[in-house]
Amino acid sequence: MIDFSTIFSIAIRAIKANKMRSILTSLGIIIGVAAVIVMLAIGNGAQVTIQNEMKSMGTNLIMIRSGTSTSGGQRMGHGSQPTMKAGDGNAIEEKIEGISLAAPVLNDAGQIVYGNANWSTSIVGTDNRYFQIKDWSLAYGRYFSQTDITSAGKVAILGTTVVKELFGDVDPLGKTIRVKGIPFTVIGVTTSRGQSGPGMDQDDMIYIPLSTAQKKVTGISFPDMVNMIMLQAKTAQDTYTSQDAIKALLRQRHNLGTNKDDDFVIMNLTQMMEMMETSTKVLTILLGSIASISLLVGGIGIMNIMLVSVTERTREIGIRMAIGAKSWDIRLQFLTEALVLSLIGGLIGVICGLIGVAVISFFSSFKAIVSIFYILLPFSFAGIVGLFFGFYPAYKASLLNPINALRYE
Amino acid sequence: MALIELKDIHKSYPLDGFDLEILKGITLKIEKGEFVAIMGPSGSGKSTLMNILGCLDTPSSGSYMLDGQAVQNLSADELAEIRNQKIGFVFQGFNLLSRTTALENVELPMVYSNTPSKLRQERAQKALTAVGLSERMHHMPNQLSGGQQQRVAIARAIVNEAPIIFADEPTGNLDTKMSVEIMQLFTELNEKMGRTIILVTHEEDIARYAKRIIKIVDGEINSDQRNKK
Ligand SMILES: Nc1ncnc2c1ncn2[C@@H]1O[C@H](COP(=O)(O)OP(=O)(O)OP(=O)(O)O)[C@@H](O)[C@H]1O
Ligand SMILES: [Mg+2]
Repeated sequence: MIDFSTIFSIAIRAIKANKMRSILTSLGIIIGVAAVIVMLAIGNGAQVTIQNEMKSMGTNLIMIRSGTSTSGGQRMGHGSQPTMKAGDGNAIEEKIEGISLAAPVLNDAGQIVYGNANWSTSIVGTDNRYFQIKDWSLAYGRYFSQTDITSAGKVAILGTTVVKELFGDVDPLGKTIRVKGIPFTVIGVTTSRGQSGPGMDQDDMIYIPLSTAQKKVTGISFPDMVNMIMLQAKTAQDTYTSQDAIKALLRQRHNLGTNKDDDFVIMNLTQMMEMMETSTKVLTILLGSIASISLLVGGIGIMNIMLVSVTERTREIGIRMAIGAKSWDIRLQFLTEALVLSLIGGLIGVICGLIGVAVISFFSSFKAIVSIFYILLPFSFAGIVGLFFGFYPAYKASLLNPINALRYE
Repeated sequence: MALIELKDIHKSYPLDGFDLEILKGITLKIEKGEFVAIMGPSGSGKSTLMNILGCLDTPSSGSYMLDGQAVQNLSADELAEIRNQKIGFVFQGFNLLSRTTALENVELPMVYSNTPSKLRQERAQKALTAVGLSERMHHMPNQLSGGQQQRVAIARAIVNEAPIIFADEPTGNLDTKMSVEIMQLFTELNEKMGRTIILVTHEEDIARYAKRIIKIVDGEINSDQRNKK
């Protein structure tokens, strides 16, 4: 049987003889491979992003917001009328078995001033449980003290973005800033957490004691008002099982009669994340199969052009046969040609795919992750497609009768 | 033992439900070292006979012993092997691979006999030198004259040391001067290198180079005689 380097150079020569046609033929494979690479990178990136977000939000998290909902907390029309109190959170933490921590959150936004510098940011009134639930440590400084919380101390913990904007390289600890005109002392700076999704900078925040927020910074419509309560369940299972008890307790505390709807919404973040994860997985599989179909179409393109090539080169096949080529020599020649054609397409596809991934990560905050496995997978798939669809033309070529082939014009 | 021994060879092609008989019982012996010309009117079956002799085709019936081996019932791959080892072809239309240098064309039979690349090149160069083309080894077929192309084809036919050369109207596409050159080359191969040469031709002038002339008429041998020079 004919040796590999010879058969390879025959294939390269044949492909070179029809450069344009070869490239057009490989286009299906190129697009297919590039699409598979981009899809896998995006899918993979999305999954990792969700997992990171889950971690930074805190594990086994439940959020309760004011608002009305009709059935099972799945419809979320929140924010209409504030109804939640910090006391609700404390009661849940105390009475509900599956819940370990409850952090009150009163949101506000406003301008922060230090010297000549000013910066608009989000203001979060809360207590130390907030950091505990988010498993968020301080880069330096201290958390709120008991006195800060009970006597509405004018102290603030800053996110790193705020520090950067207001202080630059100056050490912010102990400095006085003005939050909506009121002087606060900086007592701590959180570690940096970065983006938690498109346009959401987790470090662009300042934290003040809840009591201070309620009494001095934010106008509240009833005593002890909060916007949200963040709960941490003991286990992922508890995020599901404790929901009914929370609901019953809150209905009782809010004096809601049996004919009234809930005036709060319970959101199980674990459940939401799990759903998002499943849906990105489904999306990845879906897009991956679309990409695979285009690979398949590319394979059919290769089969088509190989059939043309066999017909065009009938005389060449006849010559080779007359001179002593056996059926497998002819088959291997055309199989190699199909394989080389699809692998060249695969290689160009890999390059295009990587460029695509780079462009996507450059122009959007969407994270795309490539791994060698996700490159080799579509590349070798292209090779398999080439072999598969190259076989029939190669087989057809090997069945030619040398006399008829030699006579072919 | 004769190099080629045909016994009652018949060949027919199916045509409109009937079998059209082209060769009607050819019996023939050709010894090693002969130079045979096959002549006959157009359509008489010369090429059909050549194809069977050259193991490109199999007879419908009859027996064919080539170099002591019965070949009438061999498979396509077995015939390919025999063509590669024992037979060299020279065609009217040259049948060189296009976009392939003279050297690589001549290497081709050895590609299929698995000769190592270096040895292949050496032998191909020798063969091309033998046909007087040492200066044209890296030319493509379309850069060569008809006579030169036919000489490349002859180099390809002799490179594997095949004992028999079949040539179906090798001068059919060449002018008189080139035809003479090619026929002189064949004579040389036959006389100096002992190759057996069997060629088909229409032209008396060409047939005159052979030592034996077989005339075929209507699928049968009409005459078979020594060439009187
Ligand atoms: N594959 C085939 N199917 C049917 N008929 C065929 C086939 N090959 C050859 N023939 C017929 O067989 C006859 C002999 O053909 P062949 O080519 O052997 O003639 P020839 O003697 O070489 O003629 P020429 O001198 O014109 O080359 C012709 O009538 C041809 O039509
Ligand atoms: Mg003929």
